[in-house]
Amino acid sequence: MKRIYIHEEYCIGCRLCEIHCIAQHSRSKKLIKAFKEEFPRPLPRLVVEESGYISFALQCRHCEDAPCLSACLTGAMYRDEKTKAVLHDKDKCVGCWMCIMVCPFGVIKRDENNKIVSKCDLCNGEEVPACVANCPNEALEYR
Amino acid sequence: MPLSTIFPEFKIIRDKEKCIACQVCVRQCAFEAHIYDPEKDEVYSDDSKCVGCHRCEALCPTDALNIIKYPFDIKDNKNWTPGILNDIYRQAESGAIILTGMGCDKDYPIYWDRILLNASQVTNPSIDPLREPMELRTFIGRKPRYVEVERSQERDTVKVKTQLPPQLRLETPIMFSAMSYGSISFNACQALARAAEEIGTYYNTGEGGLHPDLYKFGANTIVQVASGRFGVHPDYLNAGAAIEIKIGQGAKPGIGGHLPGEKVTEEISRTRMIPTGTDALSPAPHHDIYSIEDLRQLIYALKEATEYKKPVGVKIAAVHNVAAIATGIARAGADFITIDGLRGGTGAAPQVIRDNVGIPIELAIAVVDSRLREEGIREEVSLIAAGGFRKSSDVIKAIALGADAVYIGTAALAAMGCHVCQKCYTGKCNWGIATQDPYLSKRLNPNIAARRLVNLINAWSKELKEMLGGMGINAIESLRGNREHLRGVGLEEWELRLLGIKPAGEGW
Repeated sequence: MKRIYIHEEYCIGCRLCEIHCIAQHSRSKKLIKAFKEEFPRPLPRLVVEESGYISFALQCRHCEDAPCLSACLTGAMYRDEKTKAVLHDKDKCVGCWMCIMVCPFGVIKRDENNKIVSKCDLCNGEEVPACVANCPNEALEYR
Repeated sequence: MPLSTIFPEFKIIRDKEKCIACQVCVRQCAFEAHIYDPEKDEVYSDDSKCVGCHRCEALCPTDALNIIKYPFDIKDNKNWTPGILNDIYRQAESGAIILTGMGCDKDYPIYWDRILLNASQVTNPSIDPLREPMELRTFIGRKPRYVEVERSQERDTVKVKTQLPPQLRLETPIMFSAMSYGSISFNACQALARAAEEIGTYYNTGEGGLHPDLYKFGANTIVQVASGRFGVHPDYLNAGAAIEIKIGQGAKPGIGGHLPGEKVTEEISRTRMIPTGTDALSPAPHHDIYSIEDLRQLIYALKEATEYKKPVGVKIAAVHNVAAIATGIARAGADFITIDGLRGGTGAAPQVIRDNVGIPIELAIAVVDSRLREEGIREEVSLIAAGGFRKSSDVIKAIALGADAVYIGTAALAAMGCHVCQKCYTGKCNWGIATQDPYLSKRLNPNIAARRLVNLINAWSKELKEMLGGMGINAIESLRGNREHLRGVGLEEWELRLLGIKPAGEGW
C-alpha cells in the first residue's frame, strides 16, 4: 500500500501539515472558514513531535498487524479492503479508548466533543494526503 | 533607556480577516518579529525586528502577511535619505562599524544593462540550437602556446606531442562561487556540490575546508587556500579538482574574514581544524605573500603538493590596478585567475567597504583580457569572472568581453531560497542557508535545493545556446573575447574604450 514516509531531518516544525489536516477534515475544507467559523474546530489527525530542534509529523502508520483492530470492542476500527488503510467508523465507535491504549505510536486521539476517537484516514480517497501535499520542505512523502 | 531614533526597515501588514492565528509565522521567524498572544488567540508583529526576508510571507497558508518597505517619510532630500539617516542613528547608538551581508547594493552603473548583443541577419545564417549541436563545453587551465604533432609515416597517423597542462572540464561556463562551510550551512554546501556534479561543473569550498561527507564530490570541487589556511592539509588539496588561492574578495577587497565563534560548531571546528567556539579570523593579507615572487612560491608549493596534476588559480578582487596585478599572477604560474567585482557577495563585511571599494566586474574583465592579450600571455591563463551575475545574458556578455567562465554566488543562493535580506552575518538566516543553527539549517532540504540549482543552470545554459545561435555561433569557444558581438548604449567614450566595444549603431 501507499504510505506516508517521514524525513525528520527536513521537518522544520512549521505545523503546516497540522493546519491543512484540520482544514481537510472540516466541513468547508477551506482554511480560513474552518478556523474562523467552524466550531468546534476539527482535530488534527496527526501529531507533530518536537524535542529541541528535532521534530516530525506522525500519522497513523496503518500497521500491517494493527493492534487497534483487535482491541476495538465494537468493530469500529476496520481495514479498508482496497487501500489496506486502517479506518475508523464513527457511527460504531463508543469512545472506550481501547485503541488509544494499544496504539504503539500514540497517534489516535480523543475527540472529546463527539466522544469518539479521531485518527488519520489518509484523507479518504485524495490522491495525496493534505499533510504531504502542503509540507513546504518535502519532509513528508507519500509513496 | 533613552529614546531610540532607529526606525524599522520593513512594515509587516497582517490581514486580520485572513489570519487564522496558526502561528506558522511565529515559528518561522528567527528574529522574533511575530508574537502569539494566547489570551486573545491572536498573532501580532513587531516591525522593528523584521529584516525583510519574506519567509513568513512565503509560508503563511492564508496569504495574510505582506512585508513592505517601512513608510518613513522625511522631507524630500536627495542627500539625506532615510537609509543614510538610519545608518547614522544606528552608529550614534552603537559606536560601531555597520556590518552587512551579500554584495554592494548601491546605484553604480551596471554595464551589463548597457551592452547589447549582436544577431545574424541575411549575410550570415543564425543557428537553431534545438536542431543543431551547440557547444558550451569550456576548459579552464593553461593552454599550450602551440601544439606539436608527430606524423608517423607508415600509417599516416598524427600524434599530439605537446603535453596538455591540467584542465577543468565544464559542461557549461557557469560555476558556483566560493562559499565556505561556516558562512553557509552544511545542507547548502551539499546542495551546491550535488548540483555541480549533476551539471558537470564545479563548486568552490571557500575558506571553510572540506567536510568529510563532501569528499565524494571531489571531482567537482575547487578547494580554496586563503589567508587563514583553514582546513588546509594534503588530503584536502588532493581531494579537489583544482586549487584556488584566495587573495581578495569583491565584497571586501583588502579586508580579511571573521567567522564569529558562535558559528564554529563541533563539525565546523573539525573541518576548519580550529577549536570549537573560537573566532575564525582570516587575516587581510597572506602573511607569506608580499610580492608576485612570494605568490609564485605558494602556487608552486601547492603544485608540488598535488604533483602538478591540478590547475592552481588565484582569486583577487577587482581593484584599480587589476590588469597589472593579473598579468603578474599569470607570470607567477597561475593556471587561472578569478576576478571578483564590486558587486560580489559575502557572508559578512563592513558596509562601508562593501559599498565603496573595488571596480565593476565588466570593466575588470575587459581590461584584464586586453592586457593579457597585449602581453601575449592570454592563453597561459584562464579568466574566471565573478561578482553579481544575475542572468544568462550577463554571462554571455562576460564571455564576449573575454572571460572563460563565470562564478555565480548570489544567484545560486537565490535559487536555494535566499531573498537577499543581507542579514547573513547574524547567523539567523530564516531560509536555512547562512546559518549553523540546527533549527534553521534543516529548513534547507538539499534535495530541493540541488534540484532548483540544476534547473537554474540548465535554464541559463539553454538561454546561452539560444543567444549563441542567434549570433550564428555554434560554440561558446568562438565567442570568447569576441567583442565585435557587443555594442554599448548610453556609455561615455572612456567607458567604451575601456570595455573595448563600439557604440550601438556602429558597424564592423
